[in-house]
Amino acid sequence: MDIATIEKNLELPDRGRDMKPGDKVRVHVKITEGEKTRIQVFEGTVIKIQQGGPRTTFTVRKVSYNVGVERIFPLFSPSIDHIEIKSRHEVRRAKLYYLRDRRGKSARLKEIRGAL
Amino acid sequence: MANTSPGLIGRKIGMTQIFGDNGEAVAVTVIEAGPNTVISVKSSDSAAGYDAVQLGFADKKESRTTKPEAGHFAKAGVSPKKYVQEFRLESGKTGDFAPGQSIAAGDLFEAGGFADVTAVSKGRGFAGVMKKYNFRGFIRSHGTHEYFRHGGSIGTRLTPGHVLKGKKMPGHMGAAQVTVQNLRIVKVDAENNLVFLKGGVPGPNGGIIRLRKAQKKG
Repeated sequence: MDIATIEKNLELPDRGRDMKPGDKVRVHVKITEGEKTRIQVFEGTVIKIQQGGPRTTFTVRKVSYNVGVERIFPLFSPSIDHIEIKSRHEVRRAKLYYLRDRRGKSARLKEIRGAL
Repeated sequence: MANTSPGLIGRKIGMTQIFGDNGEAVAVTVIEAGPNTVISVKSSDSAAGYDAVQLGFADKKESRTTKPEAGHFAKAGVSPKKYVQEFRLESGKTGDFAPGQSIAAGDLFEAGGFADVTAVSKGRGFAGVMKKYNFRGFIRSHGTHEYFRHGGSIGTRLTPGHVLKGKKMPGHMGAAQVTVQNLRIVKVDAENNLVFLKGGVPGPNGGIIRLRKAQKKG
């Protein structure tokens, strides 16, 4: 028995398999306030998927009121309710850090229609 | 007082991450704990003069077993084991064990409890004082010459005229027995004899460890 086998056998939610960098996603996050739990949605572009088995994380970037906001989610975190992939975009690299330096028109990605 | 909590011989498999109840990520060390086999039981009324249980872990080939060892294993009616260790018991607790009995991780440990781990730490060789004792070393600039990682002065002058005993100096580090206490048991996989402990444990992956119920915590 080695650690890779154990990680493979962990019961993780089946999600994010078809997510790719450049996708526009809506991440439904569970937020607990005292007793109540509600769902908050974070919508943006996936600029990075950091592979790591059960430790996999992904980074979602959006521009909110002219301020770039990035949020890193552990892919298998129980606080994620589900991830909705809205659209797929044409990108030529796995990490889209260059989007951080772009504003307005040049920050657009070309949508691949009918990809989903 | 020696630790008399029940325990097992195990193997450190490695570290990974799992999620807690509140969605927080927990770094865990996975231990393959058992199954162990009771090889012999010593009690204070016998020739041994103390209470202990001798456990064996992991089978080994007959061809690697010496004849005296083979006789010892045969007496208990068990196959030869690679690792044999003793666990001291509270007096009068020896009745719980009989030679040949198998003990699994699920028999001793449950999620939510605490455990102590004893193992031999990774050897660091001849280490300087910065690595060994977290000395600060010296500043990199202002003319420091060949003195960046030194420990500085080791004493005074004529009084006392010698270096004080126990002065922290460079030397061999690691490869020593270390016990880490009160590690939370996050999960127990009884089927595969796996115990998930929060945090790290001494030694390399694949190293042999002693896993016991926490002595100081319930």
